[in-house]
Amino acid sequence: MRFAAAVVVSAVVLAGCAPVQSGSAPSGGDERSGQLRVWLFDEVNRGPKEAVVKEAVTAFEQAHQGVTVDVQYIQVQTRAERFKAAFSDPRSAPDVAEFGNTDLAGYVAGGGFAELDLGGWGEAEDLLPAVLDTGKVDGKVYGVPWYVGVRALYYRTDVFQELNLRPPATLDEIAPLARRIRAAKPDLLGISAGGKYTYGAMPFVWANGGDIAREEGGKYVSAIDSAESKAGLRQYTELIADDICPPAQCAGNGGDASVEAFRAGKAAMVVGGDFNRKSVDASAAAGKYAVVPLPGKEAGEIAPAFAGGNLLGVMRGSERKTLANEFLRLLGGKEYQRRMFDAMGNLPTFGDVQAEVARANPVLEPFIATLEAGTRFVPVTPNWAKIDAQAVLPTLLQQVAAGGEDLDKAAAAAADQMNAAFAS
Amino acid sequence: MDKSVLRTAKGDGRIAFAYLAPALLVLVGLMGYPIYQLVLISLFDYGQEQVSGGAPLTFLGAGNYATLLSDARFWSVLGQTVGFAAVCVAGTLLVGAALAVLATRVRTWARMVLFLAALGAWATPAVAGSTIWLFLFDANLGFVNEVLGTTGLSWTYDKWMAFGLVAAQVIWCSFPFVLVTLYAGIKAIPGEVLEAAELDGAGAVGTATKVILPLLRPLLVVVTIQSIIWDFKVFTQIYVMTSGGGIAGRNLVLNVYAYQQAFAASEYGLGASIGVVMTALLLLVTLGYLRALRRSGEAL
Repeated sequence: MRFAAAVVVSAVVLAGCAPVQSGSAPSGGDERSGQLRVWLFDEVNRGPKEAVVKEAVTAFEQAHQGVTVDVQYIQVQTRAERFKAAFSDPRSAPDVAEFGNTDLAGYVAGGGFAELDLGGWGEAEDLLPAVLDTGKVDGKVYGVPWYVGVRALYYRTDVFQELNLRPPATLDEIAPLARRIRAAKPDLLGISAGGKYTYGAMPFVWANGGDIAREEGGKYVSAIDSAESKAGLRQYTELIADDICPPAQCAGNGGDASVEAFRAGKAAMVVGGDFNRKSVDASAAAGKYAVVPLPGKEAGEIAPAFAGGNLLGVMRGSERKTLANEFLRLLGGKEYQRRMFDAMGNLPTFGDVQAEVARANPVLEPFIATLEAGTRFVPVTPNWAKIDAQAVLPTLLQQVAAGGEDLDKAAAAAADQMNAAFAS
Repeated sequence: MDKSVLRTAKGDGRIAFAYLAPALLVLVGLMGYPIYQLVLISLFDYGQEQVSGGAPLTFLGAGNYATLLSDARFWSVLGQTVGFAAVCVAGTLLVGAALAVLATRVRTWARMVLFLAALGAWATPAVAGSTIWLFLFDANLGFVNEVLGTTGLSWTYDKWMAFGLVAAQVIWCSFPFVLVTLYAGIKAIPGEVLEAAELDGAGAVGTATKVILPLLRPLLVVVTIQSIIWDFKVFTQIYVMTSGGGIAGRNLVLNVYAYQQAFAASEYGLGASIGVVMTALLLLVTLGYLRALRRSGEAL
């Protein structure tokens, strides 16, 4: 009796001697009816997006008897927790989800998304190759680009006219120009540059020939401490100074807060995205601004922009594979991308649709020019999510811009931290 | 203590244990199992891929602890956390005790107002409280800057100013516990005792230090330990008010650091090891404090 009890107890203890794993994600099923669950990102101004999505849902439900589509809007800030929970418990997971392209590699490694077969989908041929690349891991497509976002330089035409200035022709000209504006108008930030604004800073690095990391034998190695990268970092962090954008005001800002200062009419320039255009048009800066591509190192060049944007994917554990793929092709297809552009200003990812909206909207020209000049991306590895979560690049920018730390030392420390993450 | 008392205590102990067993069972289930899991996870390379079954588990042994303890950043954050918690504990106890004494001296309506204000602060959720404080101390639109005439001053930029502001917020939302507990304690001191002290010729200071304080000792111990544990584990206030640890992470405390480095980055193994280290430290602090008290006075 006592022996039996001991056996039972030790069996229980042994069985418990490893942390829980949810087991390989089930490969799902292919039911043709029931409820299709969709996760999309919530937006500051969600109304127009919701209206377009509702049209797509109605069209889909009419075309498929016995199918309902449940759309949930999730917060961008808490997406990591939501998706992690969904991956760990497939039953609470959606079938189709919108997600940021920088999160892709991590989600795929986490076993979250299924490989997509774009064959037989005629429209897919028109997807811009460089943009489609942001939906690929190891050459396989896991996400269809729903829209692409690139950033360019917004500037206040009234201020530039009054001070008789011209937009900068090279990256080097930005700091002196911004300093001059702030000297003439102390209420204005010369350029609203944020210490946490990674994607505003990276074009400076890329334009100088630097990079976040380079691939070496299938592994990433940080390049943020290379001479070229440091030249770009120096150029950007120079902007966060009392005579341009005071650290107390700017060092804590990310992209949104940086653009917010421009919207409030408190900045003469800012690096902003095409996705910010609508909100700037509804702000104090409305009608008093213009956009040019962020200049490169030499006059006439365009600094490579970060190819941001969101993807639509099908979860690996989905019980309704075919339906999920069909819904993805509807919502991510040309017609609804066009409608999403009209509603939200999201830049389409199909070459022909993009060209068409660009012709009809000349204001998009600087963004299209930036896209065509070539864009860059973050390292496609699941470890990027870790580097992002650990705020390695924002910490580097802030240390130099506000902490008074030596750039060489801070960049070396950031490179070490990135390499540790790449190696894990 | 003579032997017969000890023997009775032993017999009582067995019965007491039987009575405590149900509570013990609940404690083991609610505390023991999570701690067991925490320790277990801290011994593995346990990330999102492992959780969702995409990668095999690797046993690291003390690997996560070695990584952690060899990280210079961890030590500086730990130091910052200890200092921050110490200031918060001292502040909470001082404010709470002072207001408790005040509450025994004022009229009923004033006491009511004091308690209502304190309970309001106590009842405010940490996220809401932190956000409201941020509004009050906003650089451009904040009420405080308007009153002080310092519009444009950022309270959360400078490292020490940011820590000070967060500490004030932490004290604001934790002093009511001390206030209520100590007020009840002071009120529970029998009037005869104070009368006797007065008859024996003790002044106000003598009564306070020689009569009231020793009687309040057990309560003070409880509120101090509680405060240490709470303030050492502060997360929300730092996370919200310094937007995730301040400029370049200079306002990080251990819990936020663990979240950022480990949990947000899906390094659950490493995060668990930080949790274990924190638990061990808190146990040590608590035990050390109890011992010191026992040495300096009667058993509790």
